[in-house]
Amino acid sequence: MSGGRVTAPTTDHKPARAHRAAFILKKALLSAFVALVLFSLMIGIRTEAGPTGQLIYWTRFSELASLVGAVFIGSIIVELMRQWLGPAPTANLIPPPVQNGLALAGRLIAPALLIFTLLVPVIFYQQRYILDLAILVLTYVMLGWGLNVVVGLAGLLDLGYVAFYAVGAYSYALLATTFGLSFWICLPLAGILASLWGVMLGFPVLRLRGDYLAIVTLAFGEIIRLVIVNWQSLTGGPNGISGIPRPTLFGIPLTPADDGLAARLGIEFDPTHRIVFLFYVILALALITNWVTIRLRRLPIGRAWEALREDEVACRALGINTTTTKLTAFATGALFGGFAGAFFATRQGFISPESFTFQESALVLAIVVLGGMGSQLGVALAALALIGGFELFRGLEQYRMLVFGIAMVLLMIWRPRGLIGHRAPTVYLKRAEAISSDLVKEGHG
Amino acid sequence: MSDTDSILTVDRLSMRFGGIVAVNELSFDAGRRRITALIGPNGAGKTTVFNCITGFYKPTGGTMRLAHDNGREIALERLNDFRISKQAKVARTFQNIRLFPGMTALENLMVAQHNALMLASGFTFLGLFGAPSWRAAERRAIERATFWLKRVGLIDRADDAAGNLAYGDQRRLEIARAMCTEPALLCLDEPAAGLNARESAALSELLLSIRADHGTSILLIEHDMSVVMEISDHVVVMDYGVKIAEGAPQTVRDDPRVIAAYLGADEQEAIAVMESDA
Repeated sequence: MSGGRVTAPTTDHKPARAHRAAFILKKALLSAFVALVLFSLMIGIRTEAGPTGQLIYWTRFSELASLVGAVFIGSIIVELMRQWLGPAPTANLIPPPVQNGLALAGRLIAPALLIFTLLVPVIFYQQRYILDLAILVLTYVMLGWGLNVVVGLAGLLDLGYVAFYAVGAYSYALLATTFGLSFWICLPLAGILASLWGVMLGFPVLRLRGDYLAIVTLAFGEIIRLVIVNWQSLTGGPNGISGIPRPTLFGIPLTPADDGLAARLGIEFDPTHRIVFLFYVILALALITNWVTIRLRRLPIGRAWEALREDEVACRALGINTTTTKLTAFATGALFGGFAGAFFATRQGFISPESFTFQESALVLAIVVLGGMGSQLGVALAALALIGGFELFRGLEQYRMLVFGIAMVLLMIWRPRGLIGHRAPTVYLKRAEAISSDLVKEGHG
Repeated sequence: MSDTDSILTVDRLSMRFGGIVAVNELSFDAGRRRITALIGPNGAGKTTVFNCITGFYKPTGGTMRLAHDNGREIALERLNDFRISKQAKVARTFQNIRLFPGMTALENLMVAQHNALMLASGFTFLGLFGAPSWRAAERRAIERATFWLKRVGLIDRADDAAGNLAYGDQRRLEIARAMCTEPALLCLDEPAAGLNARESAALSELLLSIRADHGTSILLIEHDMSVVMEISDHVVVMDYGVKIAEGAPQTVRDDPRVIAAYLGADEQEAIAVMESDA
């Protein structure tokens, strides 16, 4: 009797183990098959253009076989580890005390980051490369904050944000080169023109939601780029616009000339002056964007944007005009994109349609999503991580994209709602408590 | 105002979806400062009537006239969408609660005061620079929200996300949110659904006090007969898109057509109607 009892579980256990082994084997085989299909053309056959232009190719089956084998064994190892370690609860991966500590650090990180940013030109004055990189990062921080209004607050997925960046850049370039207007006059004009385009995009897509909205905004971005490429007489087509004037400090140019800033101050001219000046210009523009967005969130319009993201039908039942609410979100986002575009044009001194491809839109959207939709600090951190990190991996050469991709995938597993996924309330009676990202909607349009 | 004065006059309202007639030439009045209940078996077209009144559907026929206290009359069928709430001052709640789950209870009530606050913030421009007039308006809005949070017993949960509240609390918060729009007519779509007996009793009390203290007229759809019989002044019974009876709760309850409609449609509800006799 007792013997039977003891043996019973083991006989039950064996098929379970065999079943598991079969499952792992099946999964590994499937992975190996996918790898075979993928790599057979990429690695299995090497092609090259011959001296007379003919196609030369040779096969590399041994490399292909070793790679597929590596995928097969790797898949088995990953699956075995998963079974030994059990399922990883991503939400509780970090223990609560560490999370609380992170929250405290989170409160200190914004002021610390701001102070550090203000001091960047002082610390890195001799390193032109870092200053240039800092300006680039700040430009993307500003673009991220601008897109955050549309995607993060209003929940409208915009894949064509680069269109407004382009409108801003070309507005400044054309106004400055044609009419000789100064940067400080053109800056607001560029912003206004971009937000006009924002409203024009907004009108036809008001009724669209989700994927459909994303597709139309994507198309809009491409339309703007193609118009720029083809309208040769105005925009110079693919050749772009060169000789865009540099910004001046209240009319004083930053040049080695006699009326330049250096001569007036009686100090020796240094081209870095101009870089530092540009750095503070973009920093000021970005901080204005941030300040305005933070203020707007606490105003009825900002609350209406967030309410729209949460539930559009309820908004209508409360008497909120969803049409104007959506249009203002597009216009505000576009305004900041336009400012950033004007800055880009003046910094580069040369613009062409190549700078305004879909890849830019995708990058800015990645910054917003990675940062945590709606979070200002998250977007700034994500811009730093994405743009700065991309430069950091420069040493890895051809593996840069691979490392970068893996880093992003890991980050999204660890924090599926972005670096800072929770939402801070805009008004409170007793205490402002962060709202968990599980409750906050992502918007459906 | 006399007792017979009506705030809403629905006249031969029809709503067709393709070949399906959801509401067919329905006429009824909702009295001013009265609680009017719209009842009927499932699929009778009650929510469709609500959606027509609150502008979510454009009716295919008929008129809906709203008479404000100051004598202003509004043809609801000509307004659409958000204007029903903004101009006609008709607020509603939803059968499946539609709060803003990621916003706090207080924020939900602030969003409800959007139009008043939008004006006060000078369409954002005054508010952006923190004008004193805007700050005062915001303070008043918070006070109003606080008042309603106290009223529905959710003041301790003011800073909690609406999505974290218990079901009954969410129902009450939705009513508070609708009341923050300062409606003349409050339309409640099954406010007692999913509430226990104690919560339903509290809801009845809340609705009666809204009518008494704020002069708001109430139109409600409800399946919970204890609530309907206790608080309604007037009951309209619908079945298959047409009105089959109307009158005081007692008269309607004894109407053989009503009993037949409920018996034919749903035994449970018919029993509920007849048991509320006792």
